[in-house]
Amino acid sequence: MTPHDTAQSEGPFPRREAATLAFRDVVKVYEGSTEPVIDHLTFDVGAGEICVLVGPSGCGKTTAMRLVNRMIDLTEGDILIGGRSVRDADPAQLRREIGYVIQQIGLFPHQTVGENVAAVPRLLGWRKARIAERVDELLELVGLDPAATRDRYPAQLSGGQRQRVGVARALAVDPPLMLMDEPFGAIDPINRERLQNEFLRLQAQLRKTVVFVTHDIDEAIKMGDRIAVMKTGGRLAQYATPAELLVNPADDFVEGFVGADRALKRLSLLRVRDIALDPAVVDDLGAVAPGAPVVRHDEVLRDALSELLQAGAQQASVVEDGRVVGVLTVELVGRLLATGDTAQEAPTERIGGA
Amino acid sequence: MLAQLQIHERAGEQSCVADNGFCPSWIADNLDRYWTPFLQHVELSVLAVLFGFAIAFALALIARRRRWLVGPIVGITGVLYTLPSIAVFFLLQPITGRGAVTALIALTAYTLLILFRNIVTGLDNVPEETRDAARGMGYTQRQLLWRVELPLALPEIIAGLRIAATTTVGLATLAFFAGAGGLGGQIFADITFKSNVVVAGGLCMLLAVAFDLSLLGAQRVLLPWRRAVAR
Repeated sequence: MTPHDTAQSEGPFPRREAATLAFRDVVKVYEGSTEPVIDHLTFDVGAGEICVLVGPSGCGKTTAMRLVNRMIDLTEGDILIGGRSVRDADPAQLRREIGYVIQQIGLFPHQTVGENVAAVPRLLGWRKARIAERVDELLELVGLDPAATRDRYPAQLSGGQRQRVGVARALAVDPPLMLMDEPFGAIDPINRERLQNEFLRLQAQLRKTVVFVTHDIDEAIKMGDRIAVMKTGGRLAQYATPAELLVNPADDFVEGFVGADRALKRLSLLRVRDIALDPAVVDDLGAVAPGAPVVRHDEVLRDALSELLQAGAQQASVVEDGRVVGVLTVELVGRLLATGDTAQEAPTERIGGA
Repeated sequence: MLAQLQIHERAGEQSCVADNGFCPSWIADNLDRYWTPFLQHVELSVLAVLFGFAIAFALALIARRRRWLVGPIVGITGVLYTLPSIAVFFLLQPITGRGAVTALIALTAYTLLILFRNIVTGLDNVPEETRDAARGMGYTQRQLLWRVELPLALPEIIAGLRIAATTTVGLATLAFFAGAGGLGGQIFADITFKSNVVVAGGLCMLLAVAFDLSLLGAQRVLLPWRRAVAR
């Protein structure tokens, strides 16, 4: 991280490279206690990846996240951002270079949306015109109309809008690293899913390195490039990609936490085109069988299976650009679940980003 | 004895005045005699609230770092608040002499409890997540205080100032016991004469209302977000 090169530079907003993040034998013991809340945590997050910290309450996932921007100080070990130790940085300077989103959002009630988004640029002493330009750009980025929201106060917004403003505020200086603590936890399920999808779409564009804390394994699987499953006592139970986690849970704890439906969850990670379909034998009418449902080749596999079961059909024709490209059968999906065959084939595109 | 002197002075005037009644013509003729006491009253009240605020603010900032001090400070300012003011005026006189200083010390002491408590409550009411978000974005302790905590504590702070200002205007009517003048001197100078009491008392009331309204105005200007929320 280089606090000076871009933060204070003027002109159009140069895109900042995402930073790598490394936990090195990190230990946190609170004063007056002998039990560590974080116990020798070691893992690496690649630049531009979303790393989800997930686990039951009290496992230390939020603590681990807050160690990164020194809201809590390390006891032992080190955390490296772009290869630099957070121990060497001034906490306030460090935090201005790291996006920070919390569940309660914490917008400033006495400031307008525009002033809220401008918080960190103002701390860094940006020029007024540059701030105004950046604020509008950010509001648009998170799907808010700048003219309609800029001058409103947080209390005048809906929960979803507030959360968007929170994300815009965290992105203000294009930080190389973002910390998000249950950012969608207080949002109703429908809007939560929408915000998750929006964030993934944003991430596809911005490629930030993100530490994302949640207690919800489904959210972890959906959002994470890598998932760190933590257990009580601040220990790392497993650090893996979502697919690995679902196919090969490291131990009983992870297996239990991932849930009995982990096989089905895997289907959420795949699209119809990701599995080897049966060849299509098309009749004159272009249907594989009378009354068989039709699914798109880029549909999420779990949704496709659901359609099949709902129609009471054994097979469905898979179409791409109006052309039948194969046949999806219940048997194919069953075989996939039993063997975990396609687990090696990484999904070509993140689900939910569509 | 002062009052008797006054009555004696105006003996022989028209019957309304002689009857100690409410006499508009007398009021019109004698209004200028209230000007100096009125200005003294304004000065005493404004200075007492300003000094009180400065001291209470400093105490609140100290107590913010050392929470254990809140209890003792509330205790001590609470004791000050309950002391009978006339007793304080006379107790202070051997030390600070007769005059505005003595009155100001006493009046200032009376504002401390309300102002200190309201500043502390205001700062305490700042939502924890707002504080956390500010720190997490890189606000220093000082920036957090001036840019986030104090603006958010302003409703309580102004509420405290309004109570302090109105009670101080009332208490300042006793300041003449310390030799500091004010409208109280006018009231007591001829307490049986209705016209006199109505004008002096009325000016007191007007002053309190004026202070209250200007603070209310300041609140509306300084807290646009409050109104936006209510809408």
